[in-house]
Amino acid sequence: MSSSLPITVTVNGRERRLDVAPNETLLAVLRERLSLTGTKKSCGEGECGACTVLVDGRAVNSCLMLAVEADGRDVLTIEGLASGDELHPLQEAFLEAGAVQCGFCTPGMIMSAVALLATNPDPTPAEAKEALCGSLCRCTGYVRIIRAVLDAAPRMRPVGNGTHN
Amino acid sequence: MPEHVGQSVKKSGGRERVTGALQFAADMQMPGLLHAKLVTLDCARARILSIHAAAAEQVEGVHCVLTPADLPRPMPRYGPVEDDRPVLADGETKYYGDPVAVVAAETEQIAAAAAERVRVQHEELPGVYTVEDALAPGAPLVQEPSLRPDSPHRDSNVYNEWHYAWGEAEADEADLVIEETYRFPMQVHFAIEPHVFAAAPDEPDGVVIWSTVQHPFPLRRAVAESLGLPAAKVRVVATEMGGAFGGKGYPKFEPLMAFLALRTGRPVRLALSLAESFLAGRRAAGVVTMRSGFSRDGRFVFNRSRADYLIGAYADITSSIVSKAAYIGCGAYRIPNLEVTARAVFSHTPPATAYRGFGAPQYLWALEAQIDRAARRLGIERLQMRLRNIPDRGEELIPGDTPVDGDWKQGLSLAAEAVGWHEPLPPGHGRGLAIGVKSPRPGAASQALARLHHDGSATLMVGTTEMGQGSKTAFSQIAARALGIPFEKIKVVCGDTGRVPFDAVTASSRSTVCMGNAILAACEEIKRKTAALAADAHGVSADRVSVSDGMVHLPETVLNYAEAICSSYGPGEGEVMGLGEFRLPRDPEHPLGGPAPFWEIIFFATEVDVDRETGQYRLTKLVTVADIGKAINPAAVKGQDEGGSLMSVGQAMMEQFILDERGRPVNLGALDYRIPTTQDIPLRTESLLVENADGPGPFGAKGVGESGATAVAPAIASAVAQATGASFTELPLTAERVWRRLKQQERAPDTSAPD
Repeated sequence: MSSSLPITVTVNGRERRLDVAPNETLLAVLRERLSLTGTKKSCGEGECGACTVLVDGRAVNSCLMLAVEADGRDVLTIEGLASGDELHPLQEAFLEAGAVQCGFCTPGMIMSAVALLATNPDPTPAEAKEALCGSLCRCTGYVRIIRAVLDAAPRMRPVGNGTHN
Repeated sequence: MPEHVGQSVKKSGGRERVTGALQFAADMQMPGLLHAKLVTLDCARARILSIHAAAAEQVEGVHCVLTPADLPRPMPRYGPVEDDRPVLADGETKYYGDPVAVVAAETEQIAAAAAERVRVQHEELPGVYTVEDALAPGAPLVQEPSLRPDSPHRDSNVYNEWHYAWGEAEADEADLVIEETYRFPMQVHFAIEPHVFAAAPDEPDGVVIWSTVQHPFPLRRAVAESLGLPAAKVRVVATEMGGAFGGKGYPKFEPLMAFLALRTGRPVRLALSLAESFLAGRRAAGVVTMRSGFSRDGRFVFNRSRADYLIGAYADITSSIVSKAAYIGCGAYRIPNLEVTARAVFSHTPPATAYRGFGAPQYLWALEAQIDRAARRLGIERLQMRLRNIPDRGEELIPGDTPVDGDWKQGLSLAAEAVGWHEPLPPGHGRGLAIGVKSPRPGAASQALARLHHDGSATLMVGTTEMGQGSKTAFSQIAARALGIPFEKIKVVCGDTGRVPFDAVTASSRSTVCMGNAILAACEEIKRKTAALAADAHGVSADRVSVSDGMVHLPETVLNYAEAICSSYGPGEGEVMGLGEFRLPRDPEHPLGGPAPFWEIIFFATEVDVDRETGQYRLTKLVTVADIGKAINPAAVKGQDEGGSLMSVGQAMMEQFILDERGRPVNLGALDYRIPTTQDIPLRTESLLVENADGPGPFGAKGVGESGATAVAPAIASAVAQATGASFTELPLTAERVWRRLKQQERAPDTSAPD
């Protein structure tokens, strides 16, 4: 392997300094170096969305992003979503709606939904479907996944007329 | 005590799934783990002249390059029915992706780089990739006749042939006779989790396998026999799977991993890519020619069909796939004279294996389309046509087998009503109906071990595996009700042959019924034993003690389980175990080895909106009505039907695994093989359940899981046919195919589509 490059990346709120190979993907770093195996590898070519994480708040396929590109950025994975024992409203909604079968696509699906609700706190069903169309699920038929996202949306909006934060 | 059965309690293991904490096979960390990579050729069938591993072995970090020369001679072969699959290609590759060697190295990257440096001199040979090619005179033989000297088909590419018939063979006098040939393509399972196979040496003299496998017990047999080990020395751990759909059912590369682990003395893991997973198993393609006779009033007079299933180079489980599909050649209909001849045909293509629906979708695609064609020709409305042919509860479906065990007319009518069958159709729209029916694996056994611990909590130990279907949840609900303890106090241990008792397979929608009944029996034994313990400890006769709702009732007092166990074993000690078993009857005279314990039936209704200019169409409504006896967990049951039916929307509208003229995949991987996304969800979906508590499982349950994926395609094609006036014989029903048919029709109108 060619020489490694130093990067500093914040993962789930914690700063990490790593030496990475120039061809190493963010996915590989998360899974193999940081043992954050909640982010899944499936197609490895950016089609299935199982490896979706947030980078500076944007949903990305971590299999298509080089680790060096994450230098200086803020990465959020499924492991960083809950606050202690308290699940994120999307995680709770997925459980309540029966949106989880095998659960392999679930982390990527939830991260895509987090990105959606951050920019669109009140999505229509069509908007939710469009936002999640890059995440493949083979078990559920998506019906309960979309329901879960729509159920979670109002729970994430602040009460009153405050701005989203 | 809360009522658990019949409630949509949250999934066991759900929290671990939404937080990413659940360890799938590729997530497991093992000290000293080596990574494996298969060495394959860029062609399908080839003669292997030599294998040079030296260059690969010199790569830093490579521990072993295993070639056939390192394996026993003759080459060990295995399979669930026939021992015909070699651990590595034996002198000749049989399909694109057939491994000729395997590399074990420190990292996946090193293994992949080294695999490319294994030089395999080979000569590509002509192969057969379609039913027609495989059956042509002089076609190259896929399997050497010496592999199956006793088979009457050994000098052909027919693996086996099955023939089922009843009624009069020559009763061909009907008012209307329709004959047509229908085609169903190869498809891949596309579980989002690719296959993972790992092995490690196990003390003493054994091996442990971790695999994304649905059926750990058949795998244990395959590994033990390949390595010449007693079953007790092989432990198979079925990991929690990220979807399976039949594709993870039967042995694949686990024997190879076992040889590699024993050779290197280290744990070894082969994590396939998604593309490689396509080559590890796929659905058999089908060609069905059907000749159907009807009376003027729309009743079946006869049905005769020949169904050819294109399988790979190895038998795998295809004998069951094809024979079961052919055996229920009447579908859900009363057909007085029936004849089905079905064949499994070998080819130089990736292995065909179980796929949700087993062989039913290929066959039902033809049968349901024939009914639609007849309805049109006879001028009978399609719902009425079907209702006239559906047998009543208690009526014989297949001579000598289990009678009809549900109100099937009610189910179909419910589906029609839900889709708005009788409402006026908007312009460009069409509606369709179809019925999916199959039966679970006959003659099979399930055993369950239930342990009631000193504190009144319980562990269920079962061979059922978890692939997302939610069996752990259903089993916990069943046991909670049977023992009278809270759902939360139950843990289910699945699919580890070193820990759990025997189970045949996790397949064919059998687990809730078969393992569910075994769990009920185990819980009953626990209650009997606990009553006896308490009676003994309190010096009363056992017949004066009863157990109900989690409490042990003695003449003078009432104890909870913890108190009852404590009264016998002392504080914090002891436990009570129950072993339950459920066996379906085995009947050597029965064509499938035993009768159906229940018919797994589902009714589909669809509505589409077709753009005649482009052939593109939207699925505006998809209704499923499943007759499941009793839903242990309604949300989970509906989730199965939603998931199965959307999987079949892919089957109907877009999915086909395409090989080129040399047997090489054209669409290998997620970029080129399309499955439904959120954008393909029907505008409206509805999953309804018929619950008459008339099944043989716990609380009247029947099975669920497969049926959703049986007959969506004919229901969609039926709707498109109504919308366009064109009818179809080949899947997938892509926009291009619809458009071409419409163009053709402009020149020569089709008279077989419904009005």
